[in-house]
Amino acid sequence: MSTSATTVLVLVEAEPEEMSTLSLEALTFARALAEPAGATVHALVVGDLPANGAGELSSHGAQVVHQVSDPRLAAYSAAAWASCVVDAIGAQSPAVVLAPASPRGNEVIAHVAARLDLRMAANVTEVISAQVQDASTGDAALVVRRQVMGGAVLEELDLVGSPALFTMAGHAVEHTTVESPAPAQVIATAPISLSAADLVAAVRRTVPVASSGTDLTRARVVVGGGRGVGGADQFDELIALAGRLGGALGVSRVVTSLGWRPHHEQVGQTGSRITPDVYLACGISGAIQHWAGCSSAKTIIAVNTDPEAPMVTKANYAVVGDLHQVVPAISSELDARHH
Amino acid sequence: MANVLVCIKRVPGSSGQVLLTGDSMSIDARHVGHTLSPHEECAIEAAVQIAGDTGGAATVLTLGPEGALEQLREALAVGVSSAVHLVTADGGSGDSGDAHGPADVAAAIADVARRREAAGEGFDLILLGNDAADTGDFQVGVRLAYLLARPVVTGARTVAVDGSGPAAVATVIGDGPAGTEEFQLPLPAVVTVKEGEITPRYPSIPGRLKAKKAPVEVIEAPAPVQGTARRALVLPPEHPSTVQILGTDKDTGAAAAAVVDVLHTIGVVTR
Repeated sequence: MSTSATTVLVLVEAEPEEMSTLSLEALTFARALAEPAGATVHALVVGDLPANGAGELSSHGAQVVHQVSDPRLAAYSAAAWASCVVDAIGAQSPAVVLAPASPRGNEVIAHVAARLDLRMAANVTEVISAQVQDASTGDAALVVRRQVMGGAVLEELDLVGSPALFTMAGHAVEHTTVESPAPAQVIATAPISLSAADLVAAVRRTVPVASSGTDLTRARVVVGGGRGVGGADQFDELIALAGRLGGALGVSRVVTSLGWRPHHEQVGQTGSRITPDVYLACGISGAIQHWAGCSSAKTIIAVNTDPEAPMVTKANYAVVGDLHQVVPAISSELDARHH
Repeated sequence: MANVLVCIKRVPGSSGQVLLTGDSMSIDARHVGHTLSPHEECAIEAAVQIAGDTGGAATVLTLGPEGALEQLREALAVGVSSAVHLVTADGGSGDSGDAHGPADVAAAIADVARRREAAGEGFDLILLGNDAADTGDFQVGVRLAYLLARPVVTGARTVAVDGSGPAAVATVIGDGPAGTEEFQLPLPAVVTVKEGEITPRYPSIPGRLKAKKAPVEVIEAPAPVQGTARRALVLPPEHPSTVQILGTDKDTGAAAAAVVDVLHTIGVVTR
């Protein structure tokens, strides 16, 4: 990335009201990558932008926004989105293409990698070296660091090929805005290479999930329960405390494996990744699988009978004791102070 | 009748402390052992159910070292009828003990699928885990679909097959940003499965006995072309514990008061 014509292209995802948080993080990351090289940050969105979408993208560093519209893109299809990304790669020749490591982001970038026969790195946290030469081929490569084993281990690898394709691990950076951003140039485009075959695996229908309270992945407070809770009928105190704090209940994998609570409440490598201001982890030992999902909490308070449990030693604060005594006492204390 | 191939991976266990090998190129699983990725346990169950529902057969495949036979046997013990083992040499940079990158794995699976198809024993549906628990590449299934020119959906919560012959379709339910999403794929297709709604069954004793005798086709894995491009593995820095103990259940009231003080300081309790 040595010439001013170089671009970094970011596939961003729009939610009904705003751009997704992970997209803004990916833009923030792209900006840090582009600035030293004098490169331009382009955002690519497939379908509609929310009302202030262009503003959000500009303020997070996008200089150009490509908005691809077509009636055939109304229902999500990873192959269709990938065809749009491939179109943009053909038009812009970006040095780097990245997307958030969301389910959509990982899926679409995998399609792009397969179409262009390029390498792809998922869950990147850092670009260690912006440009190296691959020893055997002389090709340019980025050296990146990415999460493996659910984030318990980092892998450093040579991302050979052009463009370098990767997805950005959630919460590897905090999204920040640019000082006095210029409004991004929004370019409305139509798909070029989109074919009927790209629409075979499109969403046929979407059923909104009935919300049973606060969304786990957006909650400011998560009250967690693990094996230490003791049984399917032992969660009332945790649910009450979560409700009292306007938060959500999250559980460890063992809890869902035992059938005590539904899978959608699982926090961990195979469940949700949470980013609350405070995570109150009760009766959870803190295995790697769980830590992968909760390590982005700003503050962790552990309640556990075992002072040596990883959840306790990695926490900011802990109470060493039986959660069935401690949790109701916290609820009572809140009531006593605020009635 | 749907013939289903389910592709699995032998991965290091994640229940203990993660250690690296001396050369920092692999995970040292000597103390934690090996297991299946959780998503793949669900993919196996889906394969067995679909084969049972449609009167077809389920085949399990892995690319991995000799020891990966253990994971194939686990699948055979819960109702998969045969196995393909693409055997790799031990040692290398992959965490299952080999140097194959995701494109290499996809190419090796595609070779098997094409060969079976040429023999009139093609797979109507190929299932994989959404991502391997160790390398987390998120791409083998998609690459495989492109090599075989088949439609693909990732992250399936459930998969079912209805109809037969050219009218056969796979109905896939997954989680999208705005709710539950439904896909219908004409077969043959590729689907990657996520843990959640499918509950893997436990092997029965007769199942385990049957698994020992089930046919395993052993093939030398093709040499990696792309490889993993891994430079090294690194462990995130271990931060010394800075935990502040707020109390114990010997004085629950004081501990609870200290917790609520912290909640106030953070600002999640404002009144």
